[in-house]
Order: sequence, then structure tokens, then C-alpha cells
Amino acid sequence: MIAILIRELRLSVRYGADTLAAVLFFLLIVSLFPLAIGPAPETLGRMAPGIIWVAALLAAFLSLDRLFGADFEDGSLDQLLLSGVPGIGIAAAKTLAHWMITGVPLLLAAAPLAVMLRMPAEAIPTLLAGLLPGSALLSLFGTAGAAIVVGARRAGVLLPLLVLPLVTPVLIFGVAAADAAASGLSPRPHLLLLTALLLAALPLCPLAAGVALQAAAE
Amino acid sequence: MLRAEGLTAIRGERLVFQDLSFVVPEGGALILSGRNGAGKSTLLRLLAGLVRPEAGRLLWNDTDALSDRTEHGRRVALLGHQDALKPGLTAAENLAFAARLSGRKIDAALAELALEDLAELPVRMLSAGQKRRLALARVSLSSAPLWLLDEPASGLDDPAVDRLGALLARHRLGGGMIVAATHVPLPLLKVETLRLNGA
Repeated sequence: MIAILIRELRLSVRYGADTLAAVLFFLLIVSLFPLAIGPAPETLGRMAPGIIWVAALLAAFLSLDRLFGADFEDGSLDQLLLSGVPGIGIAAAKTLAHWMITGVPLLLAAAPLAVMLRMPAEAIPTLLAGLLPGSALLSLFGTAGAAIVVGARRAGVLLPLLVLPLVTPVLIFGVAAADAAASGLSPRPHLLLLTALLLAALPLCPLAAGVALQAAAE
Repeated sequence: MLRAEGLTAIRGERLVFQDLSFVVPEGGALILSGRNGAGKSTLLRLLAGLVRPEAGRLLWNDTDALSDRTEHGRRVALLGHQDALKPGLTAAENLAFAARLSGRKIDAALAELALEDLAELPVRMLSAGQKRRLALARVSLSSAPLWLLDEPASGLDDPAVDRLGALLARHRLGGGMIVAATHVPLPLLKVETLRLNGA
């Protein structure tokens, strides 16, 4: 698993433009909102959690269709499946790599963007506390979806159709936690629900992805 | 020892081959021949455990080889149609993953295929034949006893074919087994041939 993780991180360094694309997309999308709805701090601040979460979700999708697609096309997926690492291990390593390459940079970029959107300062830690399990959930569901559509025609179109409904609860609880903190309410129930989702997805998504990868190789 | 008993494969709705039986002993080599679409690549993927047979059994030392496909994967080194190389990584970096799995040194594998001078070049700058040699170097790094090779001589010049012959001979001498699909003669001695005619 560690060998696969190192391989993925090395590839992400070599294909730096692809890696940066998700963060740049995130920055660009969020930056468009003040231009579109006006710079009024109150409006922006109220909408900031939703803007950041939706932009993060879409940015996380950018690299997903190549997560297994490139390996499938060049024959590397067969090599991974014959490496002696079970399918669930391959999927787990790919998920962790996706989160490290995409999720962590999005998480780091979220705080300055929240400040730019005039989000109440007391709600920003909650936004990040939600994005931490949230970004991991996006990687988990995204990896499972990417494994299911690998080899399919128009996988790039199928992938969001498959994964977006699955990540809707993540979006709802994540935004609700930040909104609750901004309104002076406790975000704890929403964060606990996000954590529960993460604990359920941690074993299930790599398991599903592993089975899907073996099916794709057939 | 690898033993196939009555293997049948169906891809999509098409019966690719049926009732294939053969044995590859330690140090043995089996050449798969036949027309395009006769099922050579499918048989190699089946022997690798990537494809399940519709009927029949694949035995490894008289136990079901496919009961644990992850375990069977450790016994197999596959050279497929594609070279499975990443164009953005150097030749040495492409081998690093296989080297980490086998614990063997990259340098010896590069030398065996005369790739030392290309080790630090990105794979996108290599010719088709050089990429094939690099893919063969990955196979040579493997500690797996069963090598499954799909057109291993494709794109190779004469000196590279000689090196391929030496590589295959070394593997067999150590008790390794080879199953190769090919349209051209391979530099192998004492081989069995299985001709696939399609179903």
C-alpha cells in the first residue's frame, strides 16, 4: 500500500499542473461569487459556507476520472491488481493519495477564502472542522465512484451523476455546521454526523472500489 | 507447476475458447499461437487471475490457483499489450514500484535490457522498442515464478531479442515458468506450443 501511495505522490509531483488545477479551480470559482452577487459583506458572509463547500466539492471532482482511468488505459491497473495488494488496499492507497493531493490543499485554501468572503471569524474554525472529514468523504466516495465507472464510455459524465447524490449529505451537514457556528448555535451535531459518515465510509468505500476494480479488469 | 483443466472463457456474448487443458512444469515454457482474436491475450489474463474462467480449473501445485486472486497475483509477472509505463516518470522511476515490491535492485534489471543510459530519461522520450524493453525490465525485476508475456518481442530489434532470450533462459534456469503469446518466433528452447483456433 505504501508503495502505491509513494507512486501516486510521485506522479502528482511530475504532473504538477494537474495537481494544481483543483486548487486553482477552487480559488477561481470562489473568487467569482463576489463579482456575481456583489461585494456586500453581509450577503457574502452569509453565503460563504455554501460557496466554499460547493466549490470544494466540484474542485475535488476534477481529478477523479483520471484516478483509475489513466491506469486502466496504459495497463498499469493490471500491474496494481497483480502486485499482491488486495483491491481494497489499492483503493485505500488511491483514496489517501487523492485526499493528500486534492483534499489537503483545498482545506488549506479554504480559510483565506472564507476571510475573503467576510465569513464571521468565529465560524471559520467550524468550517475547517467540517471540511476535514468532509474532504476525506469526498475522496472516499469519489474514489469508489471512479472505480465503478473505470473503463466505461463517458466515465467523466457518469462519475458526477453517480457520486453527487452520495455526497449531498456531506454538503448539507458541512454547511449546516458552519451556519450554526455563525448563528451562535452549536455545530456539534452536524460535525458528529459528518464524523459518523466518515467512519462508515472508511471501510465501505475502499471495499466497494476494490471489488469494482477487479470487475473492471475482467 | 501450473495446470489448466478444461478452461473455457466467454467475453461479452462470445465464446473465446473452450475446454483448454495443458501443464507448464517448473522451468517450462508454453507458446500460445493462433490468429488475431483467437483468445491468446484472454488466456494470459485468465492465467494471471484477472479474468475468471466460465468453466474449468486452474491449479497451482495441485491447489486451486484462483481461490485467492491476490495471492495468485504474487506468483505472476504480466507483460500485457500495453507497456504499463507512466510517460512523465523516468525509466528508473517507472521500475521503482516493481523494485519495491520484489526488493530487487533496479540497476541489474536496467543492465539486463541495456537501458542503463536511459535510466534518467522520461519515458515519453523513449522509442516504442525502448519502452518494450523497459516493460521487460519490470518483468525481470519481479520475483514471481510465472511470467505471462503478450507479444514480448513486439518492437524489439535483433540485439534486444537476444537479450530477451537470455532473460527468459535465466528465468527458466531458476525454475521459473513462461507462457508467451506471440506471432513471431521467440528465442526459447524446448518449448511446448498451444495453438488456439478460437471457438
